[in-house]
Amino acid sequence: MTRRPYLMLGLILLLTALAIWVDSSQRITIINPFNQKTLVDRNVATRLGLDLRGGLQTLLEADLPADADITSDDLGVTRQILENRANALGVSEVVMQVAPPRRIVAEFPGISNTEEVVASLQQTGLLEFVDFGTSPLEPGTVIQTDYGQSPEASATAKPEATATAPVEPSPTPTAIAPPEAAATPAAETPTIYHTVMTGAALDTVNVVRDPTTGSYEISFILKTDAAQLFADFTKNHIKQYLAIVLDKKVISAPIIENEISDGRGVIRGGFTSDSANTLAVQLRYGSLPIPVKIVESRTVGPTLGEESIRRSMVAGVIGLTIVILFMALYYRLPGVLADLALGVYAVTSLMLFKLIPVVLTLPGIAGFILSIGMAVDANILIFERLKEELRAGRNLRQAIDLGWSRAWLSIRDANFSTLITCAILYWFGNTFGASLVKGFSLTLALGVLVSLFTAIVVTRTFLHVVLDNVKFAEHTRWFGIQENPR
Amino acid sequence: MNIIKNRYLYFGISLLVIIPGLLALIFWKLPLGIDFTGGSLLEVQFASGRPPTVAEVAVVYEEFSTSTRDLSNPLVQPLGADSISVRSKEMDDATKGQVVAALKERYGGGQDVTVLHFTHVSAAVGQEVAVRAAGAVGLAALAILLYITFAFRGVQHAFRYGVSAVIAMFHDVLVTVGAEALLGHFLGWQADSLFLTALLTVIGFSVHDTIVVFDRIRENTNKYRRVDYETVVNHSIVQTLDRSINTQLTVMLTLLALALFGGESTRHFVVILLIGIFSGTYSSIFNAPPLLVVWENKEWKTWFRKKEQPASL
Repeated sequence: MTRRPYLMLGLILLLTALAIWVDSSQRITIINPFNQKTLVDRNVATRLGLDLRGGLQTLLEADLPADADITSDDLGVTRQILENRANALGVSEVVMQVAPPRRIVAEFPGISNTEEVVASLQQTGLLEFVDFGTSPLEPGTVIQTDYGQSPEASATAKPEATATAPVEPSPTPTAIAPPEAAATPAAETPTIYHTVMTGAALDTVNVVRDPTTGSYEISFILKTDAAQLFADFTKNHIKQYLAIVLDKKVISAPIIENEISDGRGVIRGGFTSDSANTLAVQLRYGSLPIPVKIVESRTVGPTLGEESIRRSMVAGVIGLTIVILFMALYYRLPGVLADLALGVYAVTSLMLFKLIPVVLTLPGIAGFILSIGMAVDANILIFERLKEELRAGRNLRQAIDLGWSRAWLSIRDANFSTLITCAILYWFGNTFGASLVKGFSLTLALGVLVSLFTAIVVTRTFLHVVLDNVKFAEHTRWFGIQENPR
Repeated sequence: MNIIKNRYLYFGISLLVIIPGLLALIFWKLPLGIDFTGGSLLEVQFASGRPPTVAEVAVVYEEFSTSTRDLSNPLVQPLGADSISVRSKEMDDATKGQVVAALKERYGGGQDVTVLHFTHVSAAVGQEVAVRAAGAVGLAALAILLYITFAFRGVQHAFRYGVSAVIAMFHDVLVTVGAEALLGHFLGWQADSLFLTALLTVIGFSVHDTIVVFDRIRENTNKYRRVDYETVVNHSIVQTLDRSINTQLTVMLTLLALALFGGESTRHFVVILLIGIFSGTYSSIFNAPPLLVVWENKEWKTWFRKKEQPASL
């Protein structure tokens, strides 16, 4: 009984130190001292929601009849393409999530040119077949093409910032004769590439399996007016690369093996069933496998966000101060210990928010402040119980153990029902991309869980440690029970 | 202190609070925000400090109305000294850009016009949210009923505890929704997704509070087997009263701080929470445990024989 509280106290202090370290860092890096390998390297900057930092949130919905069958693959591909487009606009930290069965939530933090972004989401996207000559580029590379420009313009266009590093490794396949690693110095030389034709030239695209090898291929048929153009081009460019470019981003760079004269061709490569289908979908629909419309959009200016943060902080500090004073004045020594436990609670929750990470929204902060109320409630339940047991004539140590075990039932049932509500809220928020509701339920649920831990473990340990060093009989007033045997 | 003895008085007080809210709901309806009905909300700040008048804004909006997009009669409200908020039928982002440009050109006074907030929700999505929200409340009630019945399975009539807790919960839902209808009518507040969040929080707290009292009844019925039920219930309420009041105080104080210093954007949310959570504590002391007693005595058999007594919910 005497050793364990001290062990627990040590662990709690360790946890608190860890939490304070995480709370005050933007990025945590842990390096194994033996082999200098990085064990953990994570960005733990506090993530603020759109309502706090400003930005745009939109809810996109498939623009198809309600009974149309929308596969999750189609939705996923649509999301991917929209995300590429947004990234191409230079918007950073875009978050796009599918909300099945027919919606996509898109968040653009910190942007002010909302009309431009919204317009880019709604356009149909541009698929181009681009002449790469003999030097292919990696899939994912963003390039400039001469499509839509007059020949002179493309000739005189300033060769600046045309090729940038791949935004992310694209899941697209390497096509026929995968380009060797040495083939990409072209990324250094900005070039404007020639567009041979656009996706509009494609008539049908299908995924087929080679009857002899069983490998996946994509067969395509061109529209008649494009067939001749394509025949001429392929004839003159055999063994050169013809890239498939979507919204100025390379998605595949197959090599031309022979002339395609009848408008029917095959793209071959190390395709899996999935990668072949993805590419086929991208070819077939030019861009989006399903048309989308914007059914909801929310814009928050940055100034409103700053103001909200400042005010919430002030309110939070004032509220917390009142609670701390109340606990200390009403419950005396246990109250002060509960206040300390509340401190542990606050830094631990914040650490969890940063590690998980939880995006903090205004309701999220409200949920956090409310969960402080619940954390206090758990302590109050225990202390009221403690007082009762003391009045019933038990000694202090017995009273503490009894108080805890009896109050635990109430605390468990009450908090469990809150968790149920949180789960339902979270589900509700998730279905509608209502990230505000989601944020609230998540912070409240985390707060409830952490508060259970602090009330049951932390406050109790503190009390036991203090009891080892204080003579209770001489200081009953510290527990606020002497004067009022009601 | 005998709370159980005066149970019908406390039921009466509840009705006194609920009935005006219900009337407001029936006659004025719950003012649903665009989150549930669809539409647009635009908040603009004028750096010149002189925002256009209601009529001026209405004229601009009218100009952008088309046959498929009715923007006439927008609802304009001042927002502080230099900003306005405008509610209208649904308007897309492109139109918003044009409207703001027009406002800036005519009433900006050569200075900046900033969009503080713009939301548009299509009617279909709004309706779906409203329907699902009702579903979420129903689901929460059912889950809680099941959980309490399960958690109290050791007690006689565990089901009654679940039902009483859910009735107390609906009491708080009615108080909160009624308050929203009343405040909405007089202050122009609209129920948005934040209101829904507040409502669900109130439900959580209400059940939380009720369970604490019920838990004590559970413990005491096992301890004092010879004492009659009414006395045990009353004793349990009194025993948990300190805790109920103290918890209530801390939560209310935190919320009050949020309401007073937390800024405009959350005030509506916080005030609704204050009302709902107060109601939650009230119902957990004065409604839910007395209901158990009413049920135990099967008092409804005598309600209409003696002089008129107000019925419980």
